[in-house]
Amino acid sequence: MTSRGHPNRLGIRGWVGGGRWGFERYLYTLHRLTGLGLLGYFAMHIFVTSARALGPESWEQAMGVVSGPLFRIGEYLVFAAFAFHAVNGIRLALIELGFAVGPPIEPVYPYATSVGRQRRLARAVVMIAAVVALWGGLDFFVLQ
Amino acid sequence: MRDRTLWTWHIGAGVVILVLLGLHMAIMHLDATLGIFGTEGAEPVEWESVVTRAQSLFFTVTYVLLLGAALYHGFYGLRNILLELNPGAGLRRTINVGLSLAGLALFAFGTWAALAAPGAATMAGG
Repeated sequence: MTSRGHPNRLGIRGWVGGGRWGFERYLYTLHRLTGLGLLGYFAMHIFVTSARALGPESWEQAMGVVSGPLFRIGEYLVFAAFAFHAVNGIRLALIELGFAVGPPIEPVYPYATSVGRQRRLARAVVMIAAVVALWGGLDFFVLQ
Repeated sequence: MRDRTLWTWHIGAGVVILVLLGLHMAIMHLDATLGIFGTEGAEPVEWESVVTRAQSLFFTVTYVLLLGAALYHGFYGLRNILLELNPGAGLRRTINVGLSLAGLALFAFGTWAALAAPGAATMAGG
């Protein structure tokens, strides 16, 4: 989407800091970083897993290339990135569709802002993503 | 197409990914704790497991659906990030066309792999 009338003056620098930004702004940055990481991995994953179309030898060869502890850690990072991106994506969709922002209220001091209402949801996102990532860690590294 | 329509598709694709990639992650990476879809007997990446999934209509259809949804969601997200950097009109057009072509090429390649895999499994005696 183009930013007509509101140019993005900070560019990519704005991802890491832009003044008095709240917790949600850093979730935004993490959402973008995990999204880019997942897209890069996904493009590679399409090529690697296409080896199944060429038979068992090609498949075993491809799996041999992407095995070992480093790839295991990389796979886990992809899993953790997915956990965060998915849960935070649900939060973003809920807010986008008008849920979780609360009903309109009279502006009486001290003002209850929409962001204040959403903070609990943002905290819940981090906690749920952490639980799923820990579950994945258990499955990846302890129970295998 | 208007950005609002593309954005709505982006959210819709996200919902599809949430369900199908969630299922994929559960099958492939939470197999030790969940063991769903018969993965308790063999590692999900072993050829026998790959053949079982490749020969299943459910897995083939959902794989292609996930492929399309994830490519659209990912490339549209990347497009938004790039367009936020305020490129000129020519570069914007290059980004739009380039990302669309890359997405379509990956979709065609991934779909070919999904449709050719059952034949490869049959030829190998799977």
